[in-house]
Parts: sequence; structure tokens; C-alpha cells
Amino acid sequence: MAQTVFEPWNDPDQEPLIQFRNVTKRFGDFTAIDNLSLDIFEREFFALLGPSGCGKTTMMRMLAGFEGVSEGAIYLSGKDIAPVPPNKRAVNMMFQSYALFPHLSVWDNIAFGLKRDRLPKKAIGDRVSEMLQLTRLEKFAHRKPHQISGGQRQRVALARSLAKAPKLLLLDEPLGALDKKLRQDTQFELMDIQEKTGTTFVIVTHDQEEAMTVASRVAVMDEGRLIQVDTPAQIYESPNSLYVADFIGDVNIIEGHAKKSGDGYDITFAEGQPVLHAKTSRDLGSAGKCYLAIRPEKVTVSAEKPEGRTNLVKGTILDIAYLGNLSTYHVKLASGQIIKAQTANTRRIARRDLTWEDEVWLSWTETAAVVLEV
Amino acid sequence: MRRLTWFNATSLTLGFAFLYIPMLILIIFSFNASKLVMVWAGFSTRWYGELLQNEAFLSAAWTTLKVAVASSTIATVLGTMAAYVLIRGGRFWGRTLFSGMIYAPLVMPEVITGLSLLLLFIGIGLDRGVLTIVLAHTTFSMCFVSVVVSSRLVSFDRSLEEAALDLGSTPFEAFRLVTLPIIAPAVISGWLLAFTLSLDDLVIASFTSGPSATTLPIKIFSSIRLGVSPEINALSTILILIVTIGVLTASLVSKRSSLKMQADERAAVRN
Repeated sequence: MAQTVFEPWNDPDQEPLIQFRNVTKRFGDFTAIDNLSLDIFEREFFALLGPSGCGKTTMMRMLAGFEGVSEGAIYLSGKDIAPVPPNKRAVNMMFQSYALFPHLSVWDNIAFGLKRDRLPKKAIGDRVSEMLQLTRLEKFAHRKPHQISGGQRQRVALARSLAKAPKLLLLDEPLGALDKKLRQDTQFELMDIQEKTGTTFVIVTHDQEEAMTVASRVAVMDEGRLIQVDTPAQIYESPNSLYVADFIGDVNIIEGHAKKSGDGYDITFAEGQPVLHAKTSRDLGSAGKCYLAIRPEKVTVSAEKPEGRTNLVKGTILDIAYLGNLSTYHVKLASGQIIKAQTANTRRIARRDLTWEDEVWLSWTETAAVVLEV
Repeated sequence: MRRLTWFNATSLTLGFAFLYIPMLILIIFSFNASKLVMVWAGFSTRWYGELLQNEAFLSAAWTTLKVAVASSTIATVLGTMAAYVLIRGGRFWGRTLFSGMIYAPLVMPEVITGLSLLLLFIGIGLDRGVLTIVLAHTTFSMCFVSVVVSSRLVSFDRSLEEAALDLGSTPFEAFRLVTLPIIAPAVISGWLLAFTLSLDDLVIASFTSGPSATTLPIKIFSSIRLGVSPEINALSTILILIVTIGVLTASLVSKRSSLKMQADERAAVRN
């Protein structure tokens, strides 16, 4: 059976759940959010990604209602949320510090929001049990927050913010306090819970791996602006700018001059080096200068000169970083550029015949590199 | 366990002797059989018995207790409110001025506070009595409460209040259900501080008390001017006993709760 792909952002008939319309937020002279417009759709797992101070947390706090908007408007299900105070919004937040109430038990923490709605006792009990089950916390219901571990606290915070079945759940660096192993497990747990509950999740993070893993779409932010909003694969494989290419993952950047040729560009980057060719549908205009961005894993290293490759350069190995699953070769070209090439170590016992100071050939296909404007 | 060096042992002895010898003498002489205060004539609990017969002392003690409870309770409510507004109110106009003004009575000489309150009460025609002492004690002790509570509020994780709002509480519910229970220890110690300040205040009480109401410190002070009586020693000993029991209980309770907290945290890590 063919599954329909979840891409509401490509469907013009879809009504977005959240709309930022030319939103600007200033703190005194400092502009935290700069004329930003963005649509987030129902059931999405949307990640706001950027370095600290890029405005991602401010966006989240505006959605929760803890910060106002200086200009523009934010719509939730088509209604302007500016006049709605935080306690009247169908939006719940999971705080970075978890903000569990230390004087209440796990059970009472989860029930807190339900009690504020004056629900009958029975309904509260049922809902709390459901949440405890969802987050596998049944055994800890009567413990206080300081009597459970960090991972369990994280789950209590999640259960508490999901208990009221919000239209939108905000997660502020939800996994920041967990160690790496636990974080990876919890990422999948989060995705699982998001799928089960069908809630729209907006997550703020500075960890690109986390954003790529969990999100249906990622917004890369810098200095209060959205640089690119796209699926994780598009962000990684087709970055729209040097900033995004550089921010996400490892990348080789080659600066050069582009000349239109066929369905792409010929790029000359240094004296004595061959002309590179990259396919692209992007139009650079008349300006000749450009950047070529190539991911290290798309560069092939070989000791012998390979036949029939479009892009082929020669260099010597400067450094080898053995990471276990991968090896990264730092190769210096005659013109001085250093290019990183990565190979997967798919066999346990293999001859790794390349070593320091060896002359090697680097090659990549004409679709491997991305041409970016300066 | 390390042994004390002779130098440390000497300093410790001298320090504690300096602090406690006067009180020790007072306690010993409260059990003196003689009417002459400084002449030892054998052990007796006679003055404790006489104290319980002394209507004037007992009514002064009762007044003091009423004043202390009333003024410290009002001061705690007002001081907590002031602290909350100053720490949480954001940058409203005049905030720096207000926070300076709330601490000013801490350093104001008590004589001036007492005198100005006296002038105020005369000015508005309020008869001096229990009410005026309560008002006066509230005035000067609420700033102590405010200092204690605001130091706790500064270190209070603000996201807890935001979480309460986020989960649908009104701002008042957030305060009542989340902030207040968490800062309760500070509020209680503020109340205790106000209570003890009110109990032993002599200066402000003597400005604001009237013939209808006398507090214990005023009573003790005025009877000492007529000569120290062994009854006063007995009374003071009782006060020392009460204070000691209070302090010991408080420190035991806090010690036990912090030990329990540590044990819980260790258990959580092990799980």
C-alpha cells in the first residue's frame, strides 16, 4: 500500500497551525527577531536550530506567551494570539530546566494543569495514568522530583506538558541535560510519542544532529532571521547559503570563479588546478565569484588516477583521522587548499594502504557539490 | 576526628566563656534562696513560684506575646508582598527608590523610628496601647522579613512560575500553589525573625506603649531601675530556656530534612 508522504508545507490547501507574519521583537536597542514570517503545520515536528543568541528561544517564548511581539502578529489556528495570556493558550511548554514543582509528587506535577481546568477527579486520575503509561513512569508516581533520575525528570516534564493535550507543544532544549547515550534513546522516544499523540511539536535546539533526527522540517536561524526552512535532507544536501552549509555537518568550501556551461557552471579556483564542473539549477547571475560546497563523504580518495571523473584533483595526505566507523583524510592540494575526504570503514580487517605524505587523487561527481552565491 | 590544638582549644574556651558566662551567672542566681541578688544563700525555686503570682509580669508577658504574634504575622504578609513586587515586578518606575526605601529602616536608629511613630500616633489621635505597639513593630520588622524573603526569591527559578502559568494557573494561583510553598521556609524564618525582634524590642515599644499596655522588656527595664529582683532572674532564665528549645528544634529539623534530601538524591542516582 502506498503511504502518503507527510508534506503539508507543499500543499497549498493546508491551513497552517501557526503563522508568524512579519514578526519583529526588540529588547531595547537589540533586535532579537527581525521581520520574520513562518508557517508551521499541524502534526509537524518542527525544529528551530541556531547558535545561542539567534532568537530561537525568543520565538518559543512568544508562542508560549511569555514575550510580546513588537511588530507583526502570530496566529494560532487563524487567531491572533497577542491578547491571549499564557494561561489561556492551548499551548504547553517543556522547559529546559524541566521546571518540575519540587514540592509536588510526580503524580501531582502531571495533574497540575488538569486541576487548573477544574476537571472531575475521575477524569484527572485517568488522564494522569495515561500519561504515566505513555512515559513509562507508573512506578514513580508517588516520588518527588528530587527522588528520580535526570532521564525520568525529563519524562515527567514531557508528561506534564502533554497532559492537557495541547494543540502545540513547545520543547526548549529538551534533551540538553542528558548524556549522549540517553539523549539518542530519548530522541526516538520523543518521535514515537509525537506520532502517537499527533501533537504539533516545536523544538528549540542548538544540536544539529538532534534537529536532523527528530524534525520533519528544520529552520536554521541566525541573528533573528530564518536562513533556510526545509526538510533535514534538503538542509543537508541543498543548503541555500554558505552559512547553512557550514552550520550543518562537515563541509569543504572552495572559493572560485564560475562560468555558465551546459546545465551548470565551470569553476576555476586556483592557478594550475583543473576546472571543476558542478550541475545546478541555480542561477548565479552575472557575478562570477562563487563558493563550491562539497561534503567530505562525497569525495572519493584513490591511490591510482581514476578514469572518467569530471572533477579530479591531486594532493598529498596531511592528516588522517580514524573515527572507528569512518576515516577522514585531510588532503593538501598543490595550490594550498585542504580538502577533507571521508570513507566508511565497512570491513573490520582491511588494508588501509593510504598513509601520511602519500600522493592521492580526489574525485567527485558533477552533482556532488553545491554551488553557492557569495 | 582531628584533635584540637591547644591554641584552638583556648580560643574556643575564651570565646564561649565571653558569650555565655553572663547568662550562666543569671541562671545560677535565679535559683538563689536569698532576696539579695548577689549573695548566695542556697538552692531554691522560690522565685519561680513568686513570679507566677506576679500579675503585673504575667500580664506584660501576655501582652508581649500578643503583640509579637500579631505584628510578625502582619509584617510577614506585607514584607513578602513587598519582596515579591521588588524582585518579580520587573523594571517599573521608581523600583530602585522603593527597594532602597524598604531597607532604610534597617539602618535607621530605633530612637528615630520610635519618635516618628509617636508623633504620628499623636498626630492622628490614636490612643497608645496594644494597637500602636503592633503597628510600630510591624513597621520596623517588615523590612527584615522583606530582606529574608527577597534573598530567597532571587535564587528562585523563575521558570517554575512560568510553568504554572503555562499549565493554566492564574498569576495568583501560580503564587499560591507554586511560589509560596517553595519559599515557605524563608517566609517562616522571616516570621520568626520578626517575632523575636518584637519580643525583645524595648526602645520602640517604650515610645509607642501607653499606660494600658506594657510589654515584658519595658516591665523588666522599669523594675530594674528600682533594683534587680531575683524574680527577674527567674523570668530571664525561663526566656533563655524557651529560646534555646526553639533554636535547637529548628536546627534539628533542618538538619534532618537536609540529610533526608541527600539520601533521596543518592537513591535516585542509583536507580
